[in-house]
Amino acid sequence: MVADSTIERHTIAVLVDNEAGVLARVIGLFSGRGYNIESLTVAEIDVADAISRITVVTSGTPQIIEQIKAQLDRLVPVHRVVDLTAEGASVERELALVKVAGKGNKRVEALRIADIFRARAIDSTHDSFVFEISGATEKLNAFIDLMVPLGLVDVSRTGVVAIARGKSAL
Amino acid sequence: MADRKLTGSEMIIKALVNEGVDTVFGYPGGAVLPIYDAIFQQNQLKHVLVRQEGGAVHMAEGYARSTGKVGCVLVTSGPGATNAVTGLTDALMDSIPLVCLTGQVPTHMIGNDAFQEADTTGITRPCTKHNYLVKDIADLPRIMHEAFYVARSGRPGPVVIDLPKDIQMALGTYKDLSQVEHKTYRPRMKAEKTEIEKAVAMIAAAKKPLFYCGGGVINSGLKASKQLDRLIKLTGAPVTLTLMGLGAYPGTDKQFLGMLGMHGTYEANLAMHDADLIVAVGSRFDDRVTGRLNAFAPNSKKIHIDIDPSSINKNVMVDLPIVGDVGTILDQMLRVWKAKGLKTNPKVMKAWWKQIDGWRQRDCLKYNQTGSVIKPQYAIERLYEATKDRDCYITTEVGQHQMWAAQYYKFNEPKRWMTSGGLGTMGYGLPAAIGVQVAHPEALVVDISGEASFLMNMQEMSTAVQCGAPVKVFITNNQYMGMVRQWQELMHGSRYSESYTDALPDLVKLAEACHWVGLRATKAEEVDDVIQEMISIDRPVIADIWVDQKENCFPMIPSGAAHNEMLLGPDDEAQQSGSEEGMVLV
Ligand SMILES: Cc1ncc(C[n+]2csc(CCOP(=O)(O)OP(=O)(O)O)c2C)c(N)n1
Ligand SMILES: [Mg+2]
Repeated sequence: MVADSTIERHTIAVLVDNEAGVLARVIGLFSGRGYNIESLTVAEIDVADAISRITVVTSGTPQIIEQIKAQLDRLVPVHRVVDLTAEGASVERELALVKVAGKGNKRVEALRIADIFRARAIDSTHDSFVFEISGATEKLNAFIDLMVPLGLVDVSRTGVVAIARGKSAL
Repeated sequence: MADRKLTGSEMIIKALVNEGVDTVFGYPGGAVLPIYDAIFQQNQLKHVLVRQEGGAVHMAEGYARSTGKVGCVLVTSGPGATNAVTGLTDALMDSIPLVCLTGQVPTHMIGNDAFQEADTTGITRPCTKHNYLVKDIADLPRIMHEAFYVARSGRPGPVVIDLPKDIQMALGTYKDLSQVEHKTYRPRMKAEKTEIEKAVAMIAAAKKPLFYCGGGVINSGLKASKQLDRLIKLTGAPVTLTLMGLGAYPGTDKQFLGMLGMHGTYEANLAMHDADLIVAVGSRFDDRVTGRLNAFAPNSKKIHIDIDPSSINKNVMVDLPIVGDVGTILDQMLRVWKAKGLKTNPKVMKAWWKQIDGWRQRDCLKYNQTGSVIKPQYAIERLYEATKDRDCYITTEVGQHQMWAAQYYKFNEPKRWMTSGGLGTMGYGLPAAIGVQVAHPEALVVDISGEASFLMNMQEMSTAVQCGAPVKVFITNNQYMGMVRQWQELMHGSRYSESYTDALPDLVKLAEACHWVGLRATKAEEVDDVIQEMISIDRPVIADIWVDQKENCFPMIPSGAAHNEMLLGPDDEAQQSGSEEGMVLV
């Protein structure tokens, strides 16, 4: 069998015990084996059972993607690994805080574009805004690109979170 | 009684005993003194005092590999833990179950660069199957037992438990949790019926089937080897073993083609190249085995049976992956094979064997022992002849001698052969031999060694004496890092850069200085006598065998070459130009 060499982007959800070192284990696995991390988010989702959900966006050949999942799955504190890209439809969202500094027309233009993108101004001074925007990664990219000539000074992004469509849980 | 409070150290001892540990290999230091104090006050555990922590880990590996039990190590914080790292990595690569207890500075000092503090869980995270830092005495019983479960279950491996000194002294309640199920880690053991049916049908239909089996068969237990033997005999197919798999199938059986891979036999490698079905059992398509990937077994379908899903489709894409315990799956396959009354086609198999016998005629392991200069192959073959009917265990170091041992020593049973396969750790063999001897006090344990490797952990000679382990170190002494010299000859224009050891110690005198016995053979005629004497002495012995310094190890698939581009001997060397691509490979 010959391996397929096309590069695919996959979003993988990983349920882990929220214990010391678990994130280091996951990150170390990616760096140690030379896999890509395009984005990684983590937070506890079940306080009672101390379970965290990691969402990692990665890219590689189908063979590498399978490896990544198998390698994640054999980490001891990992409960479940689900490839959201491979397993039917899912929705992905990312949140960004975008700071734009400027005056006059540029300021007006920034507000106008923010409106189109449904970004909210959550902080404002005489010469700056902080916008909150959420949506698909590409939408955030587009918004940030448009802000560059208007005085973009700082960006903070959460990375992607994702969930499968429909009624079933992970 | 049940809720009498114990100290952490007392709990550790209790947990070890409840896990069936009888021997701990270790070395004391400030951060483990409470555990050593608890060891002093009990008599259920034996402690083997080593000379360097690296030795302790290899000893535990030898112990584990030869018994199938989890090996246990105890070292102090900081340098104790960092010295253990090579052994842990070795155990991870070769899937050896270990639990390594490391001392740590007290919890309130962690992160302060305290004396002998090291981030042990950080350092060992990539070289263990799992590791723990115990921060609360209440977690200690669970972590102790979980560690053993993780080490031995699924694909076995090393587990570190980092134990701050205050935890060792804290009081708590112990509960034997050795039977408790792990909440997340539960490897799949059994295969689906449909997978089994597909697999046996593929085998029955194959024209040129070949079983390619590795260390996973040995890790799965004695029964796995028995089932493998049955299945292979029923199918009449040939079988080859990896370096780690030697002994999983009888080495003297006629269906066995020898080891495959870089220094595998001509018949094993060509059979691999020509096979139309490869049944990989507990083996992992390692680069030493496959050679150049795009030329690997080009016309074959592949079945891959392994307990570790991440081993599947890692290097080589397979047609039928089956995840589970090798022994269980072989059992399932046997049942279905018999229930369906399957058979391979005798005519087709006859043709396959005819082709294999043609390759066998090349007699790829032949060598010329003429004159009195000792050929290393001869020394090892004579060692085999002299010890094959005994209760004998072999360990090795790393280098040419290791490959010759793999080629010329025949193992008919699993767990008799201990070698550093994945990591290739020089210095493994002597401590591993001591670990084996501790587990099997009556057996003959021989480390087939090279002089350079031996020097890497020779301090453990002293351990052997102290713990009464009469191991034998059989050194094929060529004064060279022979394997390095061989690569320099083949790939770097015979520029022998730093691969010659001047000023070797006199190994016979060294033996005597360490309360060992030293023997030496410098001529072929002396080899048998030295071996006999070595075997007959009930003390540790170095047998210093002066061998041909220029001998190379063949057959060889040079890095970056395919199975059918093997060098069979010195005459082939001339044609070897060494591709650029191959040169960068290790
Ligand atoms: C710790 C370590 N360092 C370096 C190497 C690289 N290496 C592989 S074989 C070898 C030479 C081994 O020499 P010797 O033990 O004399 O065995 P010989 O090949 O001569 O039989 C070396 C340096 C290694 N495998 N392990
Ligand atoms: Mg040597």
